[in-house]
Amino acid sequence: MQARGGLRLEGLVKRFGDVLAVDGVHLELPPGQLISFLGPSGCGKTTMLRMIAGLERPTEGRVYLDGEDVTDRPPHLRDIGMVFQTLALFPHLSVAGNVAYGMRIRGAPKRDIDARVNELLDLVDLHGLGDRRILQLSGGQRQRVATARALALEPRLFLLDEPLSALDANLREQLQVELRLLQQKLGITTIMVTHDQREAMTMSDLVVVMNQGRVEQVGEPLEVYRRPETPFVASFIGRTNILRGQVSDGVVRIAGRPFEVDRPLEPGPVAISVRPEDAHLQTTSTPETNALPGRVVFVRDLGELFECYVDCGLDEHVVVAGSPRERVNVVQGQPVSVSFPREACVVVEG
Amino acid sequence: MSELRRPTAGTRAVLVFPLAMLGIFFLAPFGIMLATSFYHRIEGGFYEPALELASWRRLLQPVFVERTLFSVGICLLAGAVCIVIAFPFTYFLTRMRRRPHVTLLVLIMSALALSEVIVGFAWSVLLGRAAGISNVLVWLGVMDEPVAYQPGFIAVLLGLCYIAFPYCILTLYPQLSRLDPELTEAAQTMGASPWRTFWTVVVPIGRPIIMAGFLLAFVFTLGSYLIPTFLGRPEHWTLSVFISDQATFNANVPFAAAMALFLTALSLVVVGVVTLVESQTRR
Repeated sequence: MQARGGLRLEGLVKRFGDVLAVDGVHLELPPGQLISFLGPSGCGKTTMLRMIAGLERPTEGRVYLDGEDVTDRPPHLRDIGMVFQTLALFPHLSVAGNVAYGMRIRGAPKRDIDARVNELLDLVDLHGLGDRRILQLSGGQRQRVATARALALEPRLFLLDEPLSALDANLREQLQVELRLLQQKLGITTIMVTHDQREAMTMSDLVVVMNQGRVEQVGEPLEVYRRPETPFVASFIGRTNILRGQVSDGVVRIAGRPFEVDRPLEPGPVAISVRPEDAHLQTTSTPETNALPGRVVFVRDLGELFECYVDCGLDEHVVVAGSPRERVNVVQGQPVSVSFPREACVVVEG
Repeated sequence: MSELRRPTAGTRAVLVFPLAMLGIFFLAPFGIMLATSFYHRIEGGFYEPALELASWRRLLQPVFVERTLFSVGICLLAGAVCIVIAFPFTYFLTRMRRRPHVTLLVLIMSALALSEVIVGFAWSVLLGRAAGISNVLVWLGVMDEPVAYQPGFIAVLLGLCYIAFPYCILTLYPQLSRLDPELTEAAQTMGASPWRTFWTVVVPIGRPIIMAGFLLAFVFTLGSYLIPTFLGRPEHWTLSVFISDQATFNANVPFAAAMALFLTALSLVVVGVVTLVESQTRR
């Protein structure tokens, strides 16, 4: 069977009155994968998901599902399954009633419905809880019911709108893994909206980073982390140091010191991102290139992680992080130098 | 914990005011009514303290039994008509954009400012022959000559529905406006058309408030006596009309008191039965 659920968005725009929620998004998303829309609140990621579901009409642009233009098709004819942020479980129905809802609407025979409900409840580890009322379930169980309900009709697209946001941190991490394993098992095209970069990194094949209604970068999780293309992506996905400087005569200069970076640059302003764990602290003299002298401002040792804030005369303190085993013994106020290896210097602007 | 729950002198003092109000304005008049219903009636408009069942016995006369059944029947019908219209109306009202939503709500609530007398007169004009709706229909060519729709059963029903309708909406509005829109959206993503969503999600979830609105309309219309007198013939009069009749025109206060208490008990029984049935059938 050919993989279902390939999605293409063409010039998608959504305005709410004067507010531009989604600002011209073009995307081609492959079938069978888990794709995250990642961004801060208000970046338009949920609006995008709702337009894909048909719950919101695009102001401009088209939505294609498996090559078919579905822009004008109402949600109940789109063949999708969706888990909502509030989960939206029906309080008047039992667990089984919720899972069976879509099949009842389709008029499936009762015996088929019962069999499928049991199968789905097994799938999400809720075996034997079909008769429970929604109010009797824990947060994690409710989340599973919502998942089973959305998958009941074997939809072409499985949409998740911040599906785990109501859960506490431990349970959330556990369900992230479960959901991802389930998605891989079923091979269903899944789009998840999240503002949690860790969640996106854990679960996705592909991450779409959004900001202010626009797509900033599309890529595999590690690629987006390691090679951010904009300052926004660099600082939104994980923590980073943004070093700003100038390019002249083909040389990058930050705070007057020369830096070697991963690619040649045009003259003008430049911004380089270096992850805290890629920067190194030295108490010896400052090397000629890719290093800045500074003074230790603050040291934090969390046991699993060692962090040092260094004032290098830039707008912001440079953060150096590492395993405490590799800890360089420094104290507040001590002069140090921070080196930034060439391969860790990612140009995000310029 | 139990320390916290034990009422202190302060909390007891707070209760004094509502209890006093309840006693003075509800229990005391109710007690007087109850006593009066057993009093002896003297021809000519007076009564004297006594303990006799004459007034209560009179309730068993066929004419009053028949009026009772009619009253309960027409008010149940009015309640049903009201809720059938008010529920979808309120639901779609809450889904509207803010401006038309608020405008409509204000308009409907302004109908509450109209007294029953004005409503009764207005409808009797509208349903009458001289200047009523039928004249418009004649003008439109739908009918040959104007007719009077009142007095009549439908006119009474219409009037009762009209006065109860805003109260129905007031009962339904708070809950329906808080109904999570994601519930209906979820139903739609699972293949339910908006129509089926309404029937399979909105109505079942709204069932308790549908019952509450229905009962409110029922109890409210049961107490109406101007509408039936304005818009109906004597055969359309409800028990409330007879109560005011007995109290004001026949000056038979003990009998009026007995009927009033009977009507109160009756509405309590209906409310109780409906509530019981509702809670029994809920899964």
